Formats: sequence, structure tokens, C-alpha cells
Amino acid sequence: MLNQPNGRGDSGPVPGLPPEVRRDGEPGWAGGLRKLYNSVVEEPLPDSFKDLLKKLDDDGDA
Amino acid sequence: MPDRIAPSAADEGFRKELLSVLPHLRAFARGLSGRPDFADDLVQEAAIKAWTARERYQAGTNMRAWTFAILRNHYLSELRRSRRQTDLDEGVVEKMLVMEADQEGPLHLDDMEAALQKLAPERREAVLLVGASGFSYEEAAEIAGCPIGTMKSRVARARADLARMLDGDQPQQVEVKARKTG
Repeated sequence: MLNQPNGRGDSGPVPGLPPEVRRDGEPGWAGGLRKLYNSVVEEPLPDSFKDLLKKLDDDGDA
Repeated sequence: MPDRIAPSAADEGFRKELLSVLPHLRAFARGLSGRPDFADDLVQEAAIKAWTARERYQAGTNMRAWTFAILRNHYLSELRRSRRQTDLDEGVVEKMLVMEADQEGPLHLDDMEAALQKLAPERREAVLLVGASGFSYEEAAEIAGCPIGTMKSRVARARADLARMLDGDQPQQVEVKARKTG
């Protein structure tokens, strides 16, 4: 099944399909999809995002 | 209707929740559009929309689903407005997929991303929501504004499409017939 919580916590450096992202009974690409997604989630936010929210916070209602 | 809490405390709580979902919004937007710069613009614009509409958000409900729906709707309206399409170089996509089929090597994220971008938009959205973001079918259907059955069907079709494109990687549970090109 696909509807499972996010598989966070894997930090395999190789952009392949390490065992930690593969779950029993699912095709390899399913882990690849989560890994692709998580690779973006784990990126540090660009500064512009923090600036944006800080601005929103300061402005109250922007 | 819930009572309004002191505005500053409510806003601060909202801001923290919004901050916490930004990485997920970025991943969703990146998957939808296939374009990092466009995706980040979408996320920032969606964040502003969410902030502006924060009085409509009920604390304790699902901030991630709420903001994903805002981002998704904003993405679609941007597409409609500017008629921007994912202008992925089809030649590059084909080359990567062929390489994958020939090599029988590990699945690379570039291959995954290329395959994702080749999906029909509604299937891409469905598999991103359910398969990558971890939403239930019910939540995904609500985000996409479609019946649950439609969402299940889209996910199933996306899975079949991805399996067909990426089945070089141990197709042990893939329902479609294993197919090797070449």
C-alpha cells in the first residue's frame, strides 16, 4: 500500500534505492518516489522563506 | 465557530505551523512542477495566501492538508493563467529512461523525477499526495477536490505507469507485466 506516513530518517548518501527506503511488498520505485520527495523536504529552506515569514509576522496582515 | 484566541498568540501558533510544513510544500510543488525555481515561487505565494486566510484555519486541524490544497489550487490557477507547462526536455527524459532499462542498475532520483514528470498531471498529483507525502486517500481526495474513488483510481494508474517506466528495478511486486526494452 502507498498510503503510509512519510518515511523520514533515511540518510543514504547514494541516490539509489538503499534498503531503508524499501518496504516489504512494494516495488522499488515506490521507495524511490519517497526518497525523491524526502530529498527536497530535507533541503534547508532558502533564506527568502524565513524572510517572508518574518515579514508576515511583523506586518501582521500583509 | 471556535472562539478567537488572542490574535498574537494565534498568529504565532499559525506561523509556527506554517513554517513546519514549508519543506513538505516545497517537495510537493517540486514534484508537481518539476521546476525548482517555479516550485519555490509557488510555495511562497501559497504561504502568503495561507497567512492571509489564517482566520479560516481552525487550530488543531490538518495544516499540511490545508496548505497543500492552497498550493495545489494556486498551481493550477498559475498554469491556467500563464499556460505554463512543464517544459521538460523530452529527449533527455527518453535518454534517461533508456539508460535505466539498459543498465538494470539502481534507480536514480533523476530517473524517478523524469518518470514522475511524464505522468498525466492528475496522476502525478495523486501519487505525490498518497505515495510520497503520505496522505490517506481521503485526505488526498479532499486536497484535490475529487471523490475518493477517483483518487484511488488515479493513484493506481500512476503506480502502473511508474512501474512500466521504471520496472528495471526488481519488479517483484509490480502488477503490470515486466517489460524490458531493447
